[in-house]
Amino acid sequence: MSFDRTLEKLKILADAAKYDVSCSSSGSKRANTNKGLGDATGMGICHSYTEDGRCVSLLKILLTNHCIFDCAYCVTRKSNDVKRAAFKVQEVVDLTINFYRRNYIEGLFLSSGIFKSADYTMERLVAVAKKLRLEENFNGYIHLKSIPGASDELMREAGLYADRLSVNIEIPTKSGLKLLAPDKNFEDFIKPMEKVKNEIIQYKSEKKIIKSTPKYAPAGQSTQMIVGASGENDFQILKTAEHYYKSYNLKRVYYSGYVPISLDDRLPKIGTEVPMLRENRLYQSDWLTRFYGFQTNEIVNLNHQNLDLDIDPKLSWALRNLHEFPVDVNKADKRMLARIPGVGMKSVNKILMARRFRRLNWDHLKKIGIAFNRAQYFLVCDSNLFERRDLTAEKLKATILKNSNSKYDKLLSPQLNLFS
Amino acid sequence: MTGKTLIYDGSFEGFLSCVFYIFEYKLTDVTIQNEFVVQNGLFSENETIATDTKKADRVWKGLKQKASTISSTKIYYAFLSEQLGVENILLNYIQYIFNNTKKVDTDFTQPSVLNTSQIAKNVSREKHRMEAFVRFKLTKDNIYFANIEPDFNVLPLISKHFKSRYADQKWVIYDIKRNYGLFYDLETLEMMQMEFPKNFDFSKTDTNFFADEEFEFQKLWQNYFKSTNITERKNMKLHIRHVPKRYWKYLSEKQP
Ligand code: SF4
Repeated sequence: MSFDRTLEKLKILADAAKYDVSCSSSGSKRANTNKGLGDATGMGICHSYTEDGRCVSLLKILLTNHCIFDCAYCVTRKSNDVKRAAFKVQEVVDLTINFYRRNYIEGLFLSSGIFKSADYTMERLVAVAKKLRLEENFNGYIHLKSIPGASDELMREAGLYADRLSVNIEIPTKSGLKLLAPDKNFEDFIKPMEKVKNEIIQYKSEKKIIKSTPKYAPAGQSTQMIVGASGENDFQILKTAEHYYKSYNLKRVYYSGYVPISLDDRLPKIGTEVPMLRENRLYQSDWLTRFYGFQTNEIVNLNHQNLDLDIDPKLSWALRNLHEFPVDVNKADKRMLARIPGVGMKSVNKILMARRFRRLNWDHLKKIGIAFNRAQYFLVCDSNLFERRDLTAEKLKATILKNSNSKYDKLLSPQLNLFS
Repeated sequence: MTGKTLIYDGSFEGFLSCVFYIFEYKLTDVTIQNEFVVQNGLFSENETIATDTKKADRVWKGLKQKASTISSTKIYYAFLSEQLGVENILLNYIQYIFNNTKKVDTDFTQPSVLNTSQIAKNVSREKHRMEAFVRFKLTKDNIYFANIEPDFNVLPLISKHFKSRYADQKWVIYDIKRNYGLFYDLETLEMMQMEFPKNFDFSKTDTNFFADEEFEFQKLWQNYFKSTNITERKNMKLHIRHVPKRYWKYLSEKQP
């Protein structure tokens, strides 16, 4: 491999791929076999973090940034005046293997601009994954981006070698898509997703009968939506996400605050701030529905279409539902414990275990690690000391905001808030 | 004279042997200390306890019967923290477990239970960080070499991870703070000690020892790291929280 040439391509094609926020490398079950290289059984590891605080766990690149399409929000779009490059299949394989051997990455995330046609492009993506698995005996993580419009045949093959497949919806509504990506057809996104879903279902049922059925996309599929490019509100975004989670069994929906990169006047001007706090609130909401037992409707609905920026969605829900509180920590079920502002899932589990031994009081709860300055208004426990409850939602909010420390209003990336 | 201090060799078995001894003689008012960090209490009596794997085993088995796997794992993790006085927190915890007929290992209202859990969590965090931040460099002898300098003694905890991941390459991970390492030779995994040339710079890649292509891949990686950053979203505070500065000197992407 010619290092200088590869270096140049890597610069261009990593730069162009960086707006894709999916990063997770977890959820696969691909153990190291035959003393090969790599292992994708774990939780996924972030090997580094960019200076903007996002995790680096995969070598995230485009195969090429040549593209026949002209989606307004995309740096790779045809009309954008940027340097173009394309990797050879073998180059991507070599980079992946050598980065993996040095413990830089968990695997590969390969996407691409569309050159010539969807199938022509998809075929090359599949070729990379196939080579890694069959020739290099590589068991690390592979995430392939499905090219909208790719044929069922290729999608089937892709799933045999990749751990995860994704198609980015990018724009949450049909009308938005029409405006910003006129070459794209909404159905082109759905078709590969549908195919992958069906293959996964088929794989699961066949595996029950024939143990040796080859794995199909063991880490499932995911998608990404751009936030703040096309005017959707949070209700629309979260409802779209809910729909994809339910209808296509998605493992993850990613939300990506739009980074202005285009002079196109259909889009926010260059220099407009990236809506990072909003992005963070969306992740928090997503988290509440996936792990805390919330329904999307409880978080956003017709009367409450946008998430609050100054408080997190759980607190926001609690303030709108004060009649559910206070929760008795010593009696409440898991579901209600999880709804107390300032009490995370880890604390919920600790509370459930600890209260088998004795009734819990404030001291216990503080030690367990709940955020007292929020939780105090929403629960009762085995202490006489408790907050007066006749506060209105507005007063409560003001008090909590006043008492919470500065970390609350700072812009935090979703990963930090959710996984730390 | 009050109190008694048991001195052990610093190994987990040694620590458990002390625990055995304490139960055997029903000692109260006792502290356990690693022989490398002995700080004499003015009025305490010292006694050296020999490591006895059989006795240690008995304590460990008994413990596993009375505590969940998670709890016993936490005890081991917390032990590896090498934190001053951790032996005594663990001793309290173990006594609390054995002195109760019920299973009490998840009673988080008990200070020793909670403390152990917290210390174990810190160790566990560093274990994960090491799994992430080890940077192998290819030597001229075709061995992938990495050095680490963790706060806690996490090498025993990460061995399995690297063994199952890098089954087809020879590698060494060396803890330069504790002066021992792991060597995988394609067949077995062994603990070992190494002598390094004088003035060996652990943060640099020396042409005398490392393969030519190593420099190229480091350059590629550094560049990748740069190109993947989105300047509009820059947040150094967050960055440093994820990658604490003390780890930077051995991260190839952080080299100038
Ligand atoms: S098809 Fe994909 S790569 Fe091409 S312009 Fe649209 S979003 Fe960008």
